[in-house]
Amino acid sequence: MSTQPQPEHTAPPPEPGQSKVRFWMVCALILALALPLQLSVDAGLFPDVLNPYYLHLLTIIGMNIILVASLNLLNGYLGEFALGHAGFMAVGAYTAALLATKALPSAAALPPVLGTCIILVVTLGGAMLMAAGVGYLIGLVTFKTVGDYLAIITLGFNMIIVNAIQNMDFVGGPRGFTGIPKNTNFLAVAVCALLTLGLLRNLIQSSFGRVWVSIRENAIAAELMGVSIARAKNWAFTIAAAFAGLAGGLWAQNQQFITPRSFDYIKTTEILVMLYLGGMASLSGSILGVVAYTLLMELLRNLLSTFAPQLAEWRMLISPLILIIIMLTRQTGLLGNREWRWLRPRQGA
Amino acid sequence: MGLRITDLTKCFGGLTAVAGFNLELGDRDLQGIIGPNGAGKTTVFNLITGVYAPDRGQIQLGDHTVSGLPSDAIARAGIARTFQNIRLFAQMTVLDNITMALHARAGYGLWEAAFRTGNFLRQEARLLAESREHLARFGLLDRQREQAGSLPYGEQRRLEIARALATGPKVLLLDEPAAGMNPREVEELIQLIQQVHRDFSLAILLIEHQLPVVMELCREVQVLDFGETIASGAPQEVVRNPLVIEAYLGEEEAPA
Repeated sequence: MSTQPQPEHTAPPPEPGQSKVRFWMVCALILALALPLQLSVDAGLFPDVLNPYYLHLLTIIGMNIILVASLNLLNGYLGEFALGHAGFMAVGAYTAALLATKALPSAAALPPVLGTCIILVVTLGGAMLMAAGVGYLIGLVTFKTVGDYLAIITLGFNMIIVNAIQNMDFVGGPRGFTGIPKNTNFLAVAVCALLTLGLLRNLIQSSFGRVWVSIRENAIAAELMGVSIARAKNWAFTIAAAFAGLAGGLWAQNQQFITPRSFDYIKTTEILVMLYLGGMASLSGSILGVVAYTLLMELLRNLLSTFAPQLAEWRMLISPLILIIIMLTRQTGLLGNREWRWLRPRQGA
Repeated sequence: MGLRITDLTKCFGGLTAVAGFNLELGDRDLQGIIGPNGAGKTTVFNLITGVYAPDRGQIQLGDHTVSGLPSDAIARAGIARTFQNIRLFAQMTVLDNITMALHARAGYGLWEAAFRTGNFLRQEARLLAESREHLARFGLLDRQREQAGSLPYGEQRRLEIARALATGPKVLLLDEPAAGMNPREVEELIQLIQQVHRDFSLAILLIEHQLPVVMELCREVQVLDFGETIASGAPQEVVRNPLVIEAYLGEEEAPA
């Protein structure tokens, strides 16, 4: 079985022309919309139009973009098939939860906006560091293998992480971690998602990214060009784990309640579905895949609960079905190997 | 001092693929290894580049012993190679194939790349300029934005040689560069190798199946058969050696 379908890629060569719209402009626009949106919803303005539910959806989308884009680094650019992303998310979520409840004062004890910012930087930074550390250690073991074996090993580590947390009483064990303060909102998630996309894009469009893609394209040739394959892969793995940890940290402080089971292989599968739907080796694809999948699932939930409540559980059949259809009909996903122009950095002189 | 190999030996199970191979390759030498299929030529390259670990013997690059090092360390020490079956980064652009090869001289770290610092932008501009200059030397500049895998065969060979040279090697190993080429492409290839030998300060070791290529390029060749060196010397003499003729054409059958 080949875990990585190698479709006939017909990606067009990148056009020399540069888009007038730059990445920072898109960021500025999104933040300019996000700030008043967040403030209005917080203040309870126009409750009919600005339903907090929509903001919640956007928050989920933001966190999923971080997860999917970082997994794309491994599965799309590096060309490995990693199956344990939710495990690193768990590490980040529990680290952030512990920091927020045990180590840091509550936001109420600190100056209003600045205090929350400090708490977020510390908890999310801790989440990223911890996830990166775990990712680095797992990577040391994992990258002795490739292909199917790597998939199995990463899946195994995902299960180990979830089971380990289930047996840790001081974080609530299988009952879950309760009472996490709600330190994040849509605005914080939007900032983190944009930062993630920007940093990943910069790395991919650097010597590091070229080395990662070259490993995917031909590992033997890359090695004989002087690339230490294990080292390069472990860098990618560590970075991807760090961003999964970031998403976990945001998740914990948004949901306020986490259980080990929300980070098991089902979550990993969900991330994979969004990744493949959007397309491999494309950050644009990751964004599109997350938005399309999240909106589709929510739409189905609403439609089914309104018109056919007895079928509500069948919704979960949709995501594996999507995966099957993509693999059968369009293996590159919606935007595989292609990038929106505004996501391409300006080429050096 | 270029490459010195003494008593290089490799067995696979009961089969001795390479037996007691020796080589003295001077600074700017251009030598060839010829021999029939399965003679162990590519195995020699795989041993030199660390794809296989030798069972016995020593490989020295200048004053450094490189035998036993991992492939990537050997490559960074200054040995570059091409492959019998071309191994380009097919889905990367022609330009990126070359720029990637400069990774060891990128001159910036992970943080600088992540935040696109001033140093990153300067170094990246330098890498791009160097890569384009390099491509221009090989007549591939107008192909820079195309995917490497979409180039015609002859240009893929050229790109692979260009990519190997971009790492700035002291020794270049060419594994059957003329394989699968038509006579006109072979002629271009011979000129290319001569040009590389003239313009770059390095030693070249060439494996070739087609005798004319070796005859034209190399002043000295070794003939391998079943892993053993059966002849060495100037190509014109070597091809008249009865052992070599036998290896290539088969033993004359004894009259019944």
